Amino acid sequence: MSIRLESGGRLIDRSKPLGFTFDTNPMQGYAGDTLASALLGSGQVLVNRSYKYHRPRGIVASGAEEPNALVGLGQGGRFEPDQRATTTELFDGLIAMSQNAWPSLGFDAMAVNGWFSSMMPAGFYYKTFLWPRSFWKHVYEPVIRDAAASGLPPKEPDADLYEHFYAFVDVLIVGGGIAGLQAALVAGRAGARVLLIEQTAHWGGRAPVDGVEIDGQPADVWIADTIAALQAMENVTLRARCMGAGLYDHGFALGYERLSDHTPGDGRPRHRLWKIRAGRIVTATGAIERPLSFAGNDVPGVMLASAVRDYVVNFGVAPGRRTVVVTNNDDAYRTALVLIDAGLEVPAIVDVRERSDGPLARECVRRGVRAETGAAVMKVKGGKQVAGVMLCRANGTGGAGALLECDCVAMSGGWSPVVHLWSHCGGKLLWSDEYAHFYPDPSRAPTGADGAPFVSTAGAASGCMASGEVLADAAEKGAAAVGAAYSGDLPQTNDIEELPMQPVWVMPTGALPELRAKMFLDFQNDVKVSDVQLAAQEGYESVELTKRYTTLGMANDQGKLSNINGLAVLSQSLGEAIPQVGTTTFRPPYQPISFGSIAGEARGGTFQPLRRTPMHDWHEAAGAYLEPVGHWKRPYCYPKPGESHAEAVAREVKATRASLGMLDASTLGKIVVKGPDAGRFLDMLYTNKMSTLKPGRCRYGLMCNENGFLMDDGVVARLDDDTFLCHTTSGGADHVHGHMEDWLQCEWWDWKVWTVNLTEQYGQIAIVGPNARKLMESLGGMDVSKEALPFMGWVEGELAGFPVRVYRISFSGELSYEIAVPAGQARALWDAVLADGAAFGITPYGTEALHVMRAEKGFIMIGDETDGTVIPQDLGLDWAISKKKDDYLGKRAQERSFMTRDDRWKLVGLETLDGSVLPDGIYAVGEGENANGQRNTIGRVTSTYHSPTLGKGIAMGLVAHGPERMGEVLKFAATDGAMIEARIVDPVFYDPDGEKQNV
Amino acid sequence: MLILTCPYCGIHCDETELANGGEAHLKREGPGSSDDAFEAYLFDRDNPMGVHFERWRHANGCGKWFLAARDTVTMEVFGTYKAQSIEPPAEIVERIRAKRPDWEGRA
Amino acid sequence: MRRYSAFAIAREALRHHTGWERAWRSPEPKKHYKVIVIGAGGHGLATAYYLGKNFGIRDVAVLDKGWLGGGNTGRNTTIIRSNYLQDPSAAIYEKARSLYETFSQDLNYNAMFSPRGVLMLAQTHHEVRGYQRTAHANALQEVETEWVGPERVKEIVPIINIDGPRYPVLGGLWQARGGTARHDAIAWGYARACSGMGMDIIQQCAVTGVRSEGGQVTGVVTTRGDIACDKLAIVVAGHSGHLADMAGFRLPIESAPLQALVSEPIKPCIDCVVMANTVHGYMSQSDKGELVIGGGTDSYNGFTQRGSFNHIEETVRALIETFPIISRLKMLRQWGGIVDMTGDRSPILSKTPLGNCFINCGWGTGGFKAIPGSGWAMAELVANGEPGPLAADFGLDRFREGRFIDESVAAGVAH
Repeated sequence: MSIRLESGGRLIDRSKPLGFTFDTNPMQGYAGDTLASALLGSGQVLVNRSYKYHRPRGIVASGAEEPNALVGLGQGGRFEPDQRATTTELFDGLIAMSQNAWPSLGFDAMAVNGWFSSMMPAGFYYKTFLWPRSFWKHVYEPVIRDAAASGLPPKEPDADLYEHFYAFVDVLIVGGGIAGLQAALVAGRAGARVLLIEQTAHWGGRAPVDGVEIDGQPADVWIADTIAALQAMENVTLRARCMGAGLYDHGFALGYERLSDHTPGDGRPRHRLWKIRAGRIVTATGAIERPLSFAGNDVPGVMLASAVRDYVVNFGVAPGRRTVVVTNNDDAYRTALVLIDAGLEVPAIVDVRERSDGPLARECVRRGVRAETGAAVMKVKGGKQVAGVMLCRANGTGGAGALLECDCVAMSGGWSPVVHLWSHCGGKLLWSDEYAHFYPDPSRAPTGADGAPFVSTAGAASGCMASGEVLADAAEKGAAAVGAAYSGDLPQTNDIEELPMQPVWVMPTGALPELRAKMFLDFQNDVKVSDVQLAAQEGYESVELTKRYTTLGMANDQGKLSNINGLAVLSQSLGEAIPQVGTTTFRPPYQPISFGSIAGEARGGTFQPLRRTPMHDWHEAAGAYLEPVGHWKRPYCYPKPGESHAEAVAREVKATRASLGMLDASTLGKIVVKGPDAGRFLDMLYTNKMSTLKPGRCRYGLMCNENGFLMDDGVVARLDDDTFLCHTTSGGADHVHGHMEDWLQCEWWDWKVWTVNLTEQYGQIAIVGPNARKLMESLGGMDVSKEALPFMGWVEGELAGFPVRVYRISFSGELSYEIAVPAGQARALWDAVLADGAAFGITPYGTEALHVMRAEKGFIMIGDETDGTVIPQDLGLDWAISKKKDDYLGKRAQERSFMTRDDRWKLVGLETLDGSVLPDGIYAVGEGENANGQRNTIGRVTSTYHSPTLGKGIAMGLVAHGPERMGEVLKFAATDGAMIEARIVDPVFYDPDGEKQNV
Repeated sequence: MLILTCPYCGIHCDETELANGGEAHLKREGPGSSDDAFEAYLFDRDNPMGVHFERWRHANGCGKWFLAARDTVTMEVFGTYKAQSIEPPAEIVERIRAKRPDWEGRA
Repeated sequence: MRRYSAFAIAREALRHHTGWERAWRSPEPKKHYKVIVIGAGGHGLATAYYLGKNFGIRDVAVLDKGWLGGGNTGRNTTIIRSNYLQDPSAAIYEKARSLYETFSQDLNYNAMFSPRGVLMLAQTHHEVRGYQRTAHANALQEVETEWVGPERVKEIVPIINIDGPRYPVLGGLWQARGGTARHDAIAWGYARACSGMGMDIIQQCAVTGVRSEGGQVTGVVTTRGDIACDKLAIVVAGHSGHLADMAGFRLPIESAPLQALVSEPIKPCIDCVVMANTVHGYMSQSDKGELVIGGGTDSYNGFTQRGSFNHIEETVRALIETFPIISRLKMLRQWGGIVDMTGDRSPILSKTPLGNCFINCGWGTGGFKAIPGSGWAMAELVANGEPGPLAADFGLDRFREGRFIDESVAAGVAH
């Protein structure tokens, strides 16, 4: 069982005990502990159950690579599943729950899965659960889904906040071990803007734990001095608890800073996502130790040798009292020495190599440790805790071996550089036979915008294993990042000679199937050596296929421990060299990052920018029901207490038609087009001729894209000889402006035309209804008589003391004035209109009343009558298409064969026989079915409303040969199969002669 | 996450400031053009795995359209230049030829 | 080909699973095939499968430059639906959906088709009208869909926030028989069945040239030698332009990365696919428990299988807005696939200017859900030399005629 040692622990403060609970059991740790070290310090070896077989699992590692120790952390709005205990800093009151066990971690009912594990090899689910067909959805899948995964979903919205930071640096250095520090020192001294980030709360990485001495002193001293030196440099920024999460094209990198995970609820944002643009990036991300594949390597108490050392040295925690070290390299002997120094037992070091007499081994022997060379672990004894190991010959088949009692196994299969960030953006790897690992190929680095490499690696991430090499490499890379060669002195280290490691992928090498079926590669996903071998046997030979077939490396740790071992087993099965088999692709993020941090501040009301008209506050205060229109929110209607939306719309329409209504039309696009060639330009842009428009007059225009389809419409006013004001739809303003600029800049760049989007510079108020002129007169200041301001005219002047431009245009069929006023004065004018309009019962109306009134008049609406497949000719708008022009955008497209067919669906009005409202989007059916068995259709409804004015349903639609079929009754198919009959009528339902608007 | 330098305002634009406008140097075909020519103008695209000439607008910036020569596989940018160009500037073509000796030129 | 079953597993368990045979053979290429399919992704393998099954053509090789299913088949968000607006799309996607329903039994390979339902949220009045139109169209296309109100949306997906401050949910288009499947298994199932019919699946075999004589295709040049054929089917999403170039024609296609991501696995919390097109994001939960999330395409041409982070950001924002509880979950992995976008964003299944050479491409962001229908229609095209009704409207000629199949009309951006 694991224990807290009486002394030691360089990272903990024994004067600051912290209380926490695990599965509701109160436990204690110290400031500086991780949750993992505190659990081990409290004797909690069993921390989880595996994914598939629910095998008991303990802590394996001490950092980001931990596959097992995932817990549910916190409660309520601060609950988070799958929190990695090894990277969770302990705080007072921390609440952690184990995840994958029921009823309890110690007794897990689902552990019965383990009995049937031989029935559940890799990919078994592809071969069964086939019959009966309905059982997959109703029986098998629900059971599998409930059994799968471990973390619980949060129940409440997140109680925390997140933020984004932007950083622009010359050099980003990822990793604050001695390599990162050294690289930062060199780059910082050269004057570069340097950002150095480190994922843990501590600087210096492994060096202090590994007993490294630099310049004759313990590494801690050099680390502290270097930090002090870096902090003194203004051009260098240091961030601990900030992980390099991902590398992207052109020097973009993500930093994930865990600001207050260890101080929850202190008012700071929880996470901060750094969006970094770096000229050069140095990844000093270290290396990760590999497990060994022996039977029972997943029993709680089997740990990485380096992690065992970490817990003893950093936290004063002994993972076990009696630890057997199993290794294929010299580095693990350091663990034995650390354990002995801490007064713990090391009954044996099991070394697969026939020869092991390096300095570290000799020191162990001198300290009385038995070294078994050419030996292997045949299997681990124990269930919820290691009880011992059976030993055997390394190159045998297993056989009966001697039992060695112990409560902890420290394993080391060698080290793999952390190449994730290097690989994210295309960096390639080389295979080292010496260390049996992949390391970055400097000649195939990720390249940036200039085609030159922008990422390099430093230290262990480069594949340097001795600290002297690490520091030299880091100095060189730090200098190279600022375009220099390193020429200074290098710190001196106490590197101890190590004998070559000997790769061993299966232990013992000739292990029989029953042993291979208990050798775990991916601990969380329960992928064993036998599974990878089965995948190869069945033809899933590519490493990507093996991964997908077995789920190797697809768990929360994304294969940090399992990838190399897995592909080595695969390559052996295929009889190919490891480099030929290759690796799976490394993808961001390095470790999982919270969705909250990715979203940042943009949540709730600030989720997207909100565009507000000058009258927005008034609408809200008036209780308007708002609808999103692009980034605007527009009043849909203004319901009175107790009134439904439909009732409000009807009231607004009736009041407007009877007397007076007003509309906030500010969102309408307003683009000024100016210059000697403005008329010529608009002639190309609109289907009709704008150059002939007289100053003082307005004209309705249609705009198509080059593919011929109707894109936008609106009223164009000619302000003077070379100035036009183009109104666009609310949603289309930015797009239309971009469209104009595209043609001006990229096609007709010699034309003298300038455009400005003035949409937000003006508020616009429509005054609509038979009493509109009376209200205008009451507001006073300008002549709004029919003579002075005729229909489709505009004037500039002063209205009620406001500088305005008034357009006599109508989208409702009523007498109507649209008043543009500088945005800053729009609300005041709105209030003035309301006040004077009270005498006429003025009624503000919303977008729905607007739509109803335009439909009553048979006016088309972009987005309703058009959908990107409709050309103006379909809508009977031929009158707005100039026949005199040689060219306009879309003209050539409209000449294509499908566009000129005479059976295109064309605009008509529709009325049900019983006066009811046709459903939205309903289709008119023809005879029979098409070749695919679909009912033939001959038309569809594009707009449909209840007309309060006419007291019946009215609709517009597109119908094959529609205009030639006036009076015909069509059948429309409701979704329930019922047929609704409607008659083809003229689309102008109200005031067909335009008498109301032209008074 | 591209960075392109706007040849008008000189700003090194993050791609979030930019709007892409597809292939550059297309010749507009209007009324009178053949069906083939018009179809090709609207739809046929080089879409190379490699050097691509493309249109960008500094939409959230100076508003100008400009053109870029970029490798669609490596994301290397060989240069940006003004939209008012019939063809890529000689120095950009030279740069591409120097770095991509196999490049066959624009289709 | 030995059948898979629970009994087979039990039998193999007794001998440590040493008796399982290869799921597909790994043959050397022959000198000649009746049909060569380039691309061993879902669409290519399905094409081969239905050539054998429906037309008895088994002298077929499926070539791939990498490993089978290594392109978009294994990189998508596994959504299956057929609630398309336009008749030709609804027909081919519904054909695909119905074939997915029986895939596992037909091919004796459990692809875990899970008809858990697909819900497309309407968050603007414009979208409401668009989806109501789709529901009406679907009713006439033999596609079962239903317009549902916000209360029903909340019932189907309890974790959804229907009262968001910016885009409240106004309803949705619900296709109960849509769902998801295990994407890799589709490729593997077809590959095993094709191999079982005697077809050759040849991986690590890149096509470097197309041979022709008198305007008719005669074979391909590959990294494993010349292979002759009577007919050639090019089915290579992401590389269609490249192959078309070898065959001597151009395509109305541009390629760009489309990204997806998954969360860490958690216990079941969402039981259907939800697509929110106004805010740009969609999400479902895999059988393993990961939330599978898809977003938009990069706006510019690219072949990196990476994509830009700002799209991830936009998508995640949208989904937190829609499902507030996911804020504290974590992104486990993000990736990209290269999608071919055509001029109208609908696919191309077509004859080409080169005789006996056929192309299937341009599925954009919607390829996975189409695989069986696409393979079915493509097999018909290749076998007969002329498109059947499913493929008839998807010819290359439509771009010249201006006869587009535009789905953006109702469905917004995402698939």
